[in-house]
Amino acid sequence: MATEPSLEDFVQQVRRDILRQVHAVNSGHPGGSLGCAEFFTVLFKEVMRYDPSFDPDGKGEDIFFLSNGHISPVYYSVLARCGFFEVDELNTFRKINSRLQGHPTTHEGLPGIRIASGSLGQGMSIAIGAAQTKKLNNDQHLVYSLHGDGELQEGQNWEAIMYAGSKGIDNLIATIDHNGQQIDGATKDVMPLNNIKAKLEAFDWQVIEVSNGNDIKQISHSLAQAKKISGKGKPTALILNTVMGNGVDYMMHTHEWHGKAPNDQLLEKGLAQNPETLGDY
Amino acid sequence: MKNYTNTGNVDTRSGFGAGLAELGAENSNVVALCADLTGSLKMGDFKSQFPDRFFQVGIAEANMMGIAAGMTIGGKIPFTGTFANFSTGRVYDQIRQSIAYSGKNVKICASHAGLTLGEDGATHQILEDLGMMKMLPGMTVINPCDYNQTKAATKAIADYDGPVYLRFGRPKVPNFTPENQKFDIGKAQILQEGADISIFAIGHLVWEALEAAKILDEKGIKADVINLATIKPLDEKAVIDSAKKTNAVITAEEHNYYGGLGESVSRTLAQHHPTKQAFVATQDTFGESGKPHELLDKYGLNAKAIVEKAERLLV
Repeated sequence: MATEPSLEDFVQQVRRDILRQVHAVNSGHPGGSLGCAEFFTVLFKEVMRYDPSFDPDGKGEDIFFLSNGHISPVYYSVLARCGFFEVDELNTFRKINSRLQGHPTTHEGLPGIRIASGSLGQGMSIAIGAAQTKKLNNDQHLVYSLHGDGELQEGQNWEAIMYAGSKGIDNLIATIDHNGQQIDGATKDVMPLNNIKAKLEAFDWQVIEVSNGNDIKQISHSLAQAKKISGKGKPTALILNTVMGNGVDYMMHTHEWHGKAPNDQLLEKGLAQNPETLGDY
Repeated sequence: MKNYTNTGNVDTRSGFGAGLAELGAENSNVVALCADLTGSLKMGDFKSQFPDRFFQVGIAEANMMGIAAGMTIGGKIPFTGTFANFSTGRVYDQIRQSIAYSGKNVKICASHAGLTLGEDGATHQILEDLGMMKMLPGMTVINPCDYNQTKAATKAIADYDGPVYLRFGRPKVPNFTPENQKFDIGKAQILQEGADISIFAIGHLVWEALEAAKILDEKGIKADVINLATIKPLDEKAVIDSAKKTNAVITAEEHNYYGGLGESVSRTLAQHHPTKQAFVATQDTFGESGKPHELLDKYGLNAKAIVEKAERLLV
């Protein structure tokens, strides 16, 4: 019997999937996707309890919402490799008649997706709503969400953050991908977010900072801690300090690869840095 | 001529409030969200009877739409309540992505639509909401005519699986349709049968259409009066059948003539039975402060205006 792959091997294969998906259609968002490969891996392989046969209502299981929908390549790769759909379907990413739309959607019925995202700033409200329904249904499972740091510039987030803090939505664990980059450049130059932790705490959230958001052990430890402090009257946020493009050297520490695919030569370079582990699609 | 009796002037928003409270008792999955307008939306009964299923979100409509979409995941049926202006234009992208495109079972309930909001003026008098909502793929759009019908429509949309925009208003208007009626989504209501002209109306203008039909009758003009309370999906058969009979059409609505009921009727007839048509609607303008009846008169949205347009159309 095959043994479960290590989380490190899983991450490495996810990186390959990300690069190959965006390269194949010369479009998509590899930078943010790579920066969150470890987070997705730990969340789906270790933390969440769910059934990959997929019930859109998500009753009696943990559920996840991706608010910054442009990092769909990492989401699709992890969903496929966790059994939500065939890994070969990654071949259809962003192609016509595909369930793997540029940004995730429920419209084509892709298992694993419960809401469309892409137009930024909406996922926090969605996660809060789903968390409230879990409470009404006496469902003890948790709601997880992921948001870009640049995305916090959208005002709806702050309506939602105010609401969750005031109403004590304590079955929600929202993670901020703090990579400090957005399309036009460094977030500190475009529209500084300054002290996100202090802002969230001012809205009555409990906040856990993850100094290296690309370190599997740190992510795992922080999510376990978040789970432990949930259910005590306050929503929880994880600030995940990540490196955009992590694991592919020429994509790291720059916004340049936010929404750009590598050419043939750079694809090979990126793949060489991340040898096949679970088998390419 | 059929005679319709006004059993007393009541606001359509109270019909919504009454329907919502009944739904609360009948269906434990129904939840209600409000953006600081509980009194205006008449959601007080639901709130006091079902406090665990009432969610006050404050003045944050974008968040309200998102929370409502999220609450459908796990089987709740959220009804959002705020003014029509803040139910549509302010939150169009949230409705588009999180509700319509995501196919979520949210009921967007919008009061104070149109000019008859009155003294608050144009900032609050939305005349573009039907256009915005009917353009969204999969969105059902309903504008009932009186208290009884608004109550019936409120209850009917809970049993329908999919996003709905339910539009109603602030002023007290004649209540004349049957109490405890059943509302059929997508079905026209033929109120008066005639042979000379078809009057298709929605919302507050339905009563005005009936009043107009009486005046026209005295002048020897027999009008079909049809309440097209569901603007989308439109009862195209009812529209085509009536137009084939009369070959002259008036549409009457408290909305801009761009994007409203009139255009839905025009499109249907252009495809199936091209017919001359006059539009009782605002003529691409914003509203202003004033009493509801003064505004309807100034902007040509009453029985008098319907009669004038009908006579001109039939010359």
